[in-house]
Amino acid sequence: MLLGVNNLKTYFYIECGVVKAVDGVSFSLDRGETLAIVGESGSGKSVTALSLLNLISTPPGKILEGEVLLEGENILEFSEKSLQTIRGNKIAMIFQDPTTSLNPVFTIGNQVTETILTHQNISKKEAREKTVKLLKMVGIPNARGRLYDYPHQFSGGMRQRVMIAMALSCEPDILIADEPTTALDVTTQAQILELISGLQKELNSAIILITHDFGIVAGLADRVLVMYAGKAVEYADVDAIYYRPCHPYTLGLMKSVTRLDEPRREKLQSIKGSPPSLIDVPPGCSFHPRCEFAIDVCRKKIPKLIEIEPGHFSACHRVGKGGLEVI
Amino acid sequence: MFRYIAKRLLQVVPVVIGVTLIIFLLMFILPGDPARMLVQKGASPEVLQVIREKYGLNQPWYVQYGKYMWNLLHGDFGTSIRFKRPVLDIIKDYYPNSIRLALVALIIEAVAGIASGIISAVKRHSFLDVLVTISTTILVAMPVFWFAMLLQVSFGLKWDILPISGMGDGSWRYYVLPAIALASVNTAFTARIMRSSMLEVIDCNYIWVARAKGLSERKIILKHALKNALIPVITILGLDLGTLIGSAILTETVFSWPGIGRVIYLAILQRDVPVVMGCTLILVFIFILLNLIVDVSYTYLDPRIRLGDRRAV
Ligand SMILES: Nc1ncnc2c1ncn2[C@@H]1O[C@H](COP(=O)(O)OP(=O)(O)OP(=O)(O)O)[C@@H](O)[C@H]1O
Ligand SMILES: [Mg+2]
Repeated sequence: MLLGVNNLKTYFYIECGVVKAVDGVSFSLDRGETLAIVGESGSGKSVTALSLLNLISTPPGKILEGEVLLEGENILEFSEKSLQTIRGNKIAMIFQDPTTSLNPVFTIGNQVTETILTHQNISKKEAREKTVKLLKMVGIPNARGRLYDYPHQFSGGMRQRVMIAMALSCEPDILIADEPTTALDVTTQAQILELISGLQKELNSAIILITHDFGIVAGLADRVLVMYAGKAVEYADVDAIYYRPCHPYTLGLMKSVTRLDEPRREKLQSIKGSPPSLIDVPPGCSFHPRCEFAIDVCRKKIPKLIEIEPGHFSACHRVGKGGLEVI
Repeated sequence: MFRYIAKRLLQVVPVVIGVTLIIFLLMFILPGDPARMLVQKGASPEVLQVIREKYGLNQPWYVQYGKYMWNLLHGDFGTSIRFKRPVLDIIKDYYPNSIRLALVALIIEAVAGIASGIISAVKRHSFLDVLVTISTTILVAMPVFWFAMLLQVSFGLKWDILPISGMGDGSWRYYVLPAIALASVNTAFTARIMRSSMLEVIDCNYIWVARAKGLSERKIILKHALKNALIPVITILGLDLGTLIGSAILTETVFSWPGIGRVIYLAILQRDVPVVMGCTLILVFIFILLNLIVDVSYTYLDPRIRLGDRRAV
């Protein structure tokens, strides 16, 4: 096992209360595998990702408990110095917003080379050559000529490609892609996703793909983790999720898929209501106020994540051995 | 680039005309007769008349102004009414002292202000941050002459480690106390602006990206955050140099520093128009030059800005 996450809890202590952004999430990942983390805005996807790099701003944030095992070692116990050798090197991350992810006052060549030079013992010249190769690989035309350009001279899609090149520069074991395509138009979106999965095959790395869009999950992911209000509500192989969804929330998300071949609809319209504030989560199952199958027990008891078939987990009171009872 | 600089330098012409005109008119509006300032009390009207004629003071202001500008065009700054020596000589005598003192003060301001700004932003809410906040508040609130005298009393008189008056042989020891006094208020402001600018930058997405790349915190602050945070501070530093040269009168007085601030001040009191004009014009040139330098240095700090369309900061 390349990466194992056990019972991860990351809270933010802010003035009006405790934000339980990640509340007991577990999953695992192997080389060459792709895990999709799916959930609505504010469900704790980005915080989960940042926790994997131990990059939570403290205060107000704190990783309360849990383990992040990278090849068996818990990196949450590492010193800052050893963490720096992992970040960008073994675990790299593509951030959510490409327009603000690059430093505006340094050339993109500088920013990519810098990552390489931080982790690899090669000369500046070699690093620059490698950068050119990476930029070519992610499909930036005239890569050598653009080395000395600044981020504002690139379009959003091109900036995201630079970010991908930067993230891949040290051939990471794990690539976290946090909504790598939300800021982009549909065509670019498809190109970027293709690029990521192509590069994965080449490097045999593991990918954690974060998205709120089930539409892009099918073609890319091997396993899917569905998050709601900081908790994992369903965790299964991609086929199981598609053919036998075992949580009403997953069902709702799938109904609201945006498809590449369709004009874009409003996001996630088909689930009524909006996600709860993470400070004041509803008692019992946090999804119950929006759930059409909710019964009494849902309002009182927090459902446990149970295995309903091999490798398929769901946290719902209404689910039995045969899947969701109500369907 | 060269076209831009040439264009900017050409703008000097209207500015010089405007500034000279304003000073000329102001000196005319001010009560007090320059001729009277030159003679003993109770001098006869005849004597005054002779003096007026000698210096052309009896002509209408526009004739005087025209004459002055004509001479200026030929590199002649005129002669001081009071000191009876060419204004250019006075400028040469006093300006270098002022500029050197201002430069030392600017270095203090930049180093101390930027460093304490960074520290208090990075170690936000820590003891050091509170210390910086308190000391900047005190520095801003304290009158400059009082702070200057405090320095004199402690470092000069009590511990006797630094000279407290004049320039002596011009060694660096004479610069220390006046430069600190001169820089005090500006340093406090720079520290505060640096702090808030740094705090804003430190929260930006690209800083988190830099962390996720595995860079050390030191490199993140001193490379990625600093260059962005410096952009607003550079304007302030550039323009401060001008103020440090031109309005150091209090510091110059307390430390008996032979600088231009006092010369201008006394020249205004004595209606010594050529001196006021000459010294102010040089100051205007310095300001224009500094502005230009700030604008050009912007393009190095912030690639998004091209010369000619400076963003408001
Ligand atoms: N630095 C922080 N301080 C306080 N609260 C935070 C901080 N970062 C995140 N949170 C809170 O944690 C919760 C989860 O945020 P997160 O960014 O992980 O959501 P997300 O699932 O990535 O959503 P999105 O799809 O919008 O990116 C949110 O309620 C957010 O307000
Ligand atoms: Mg997010």
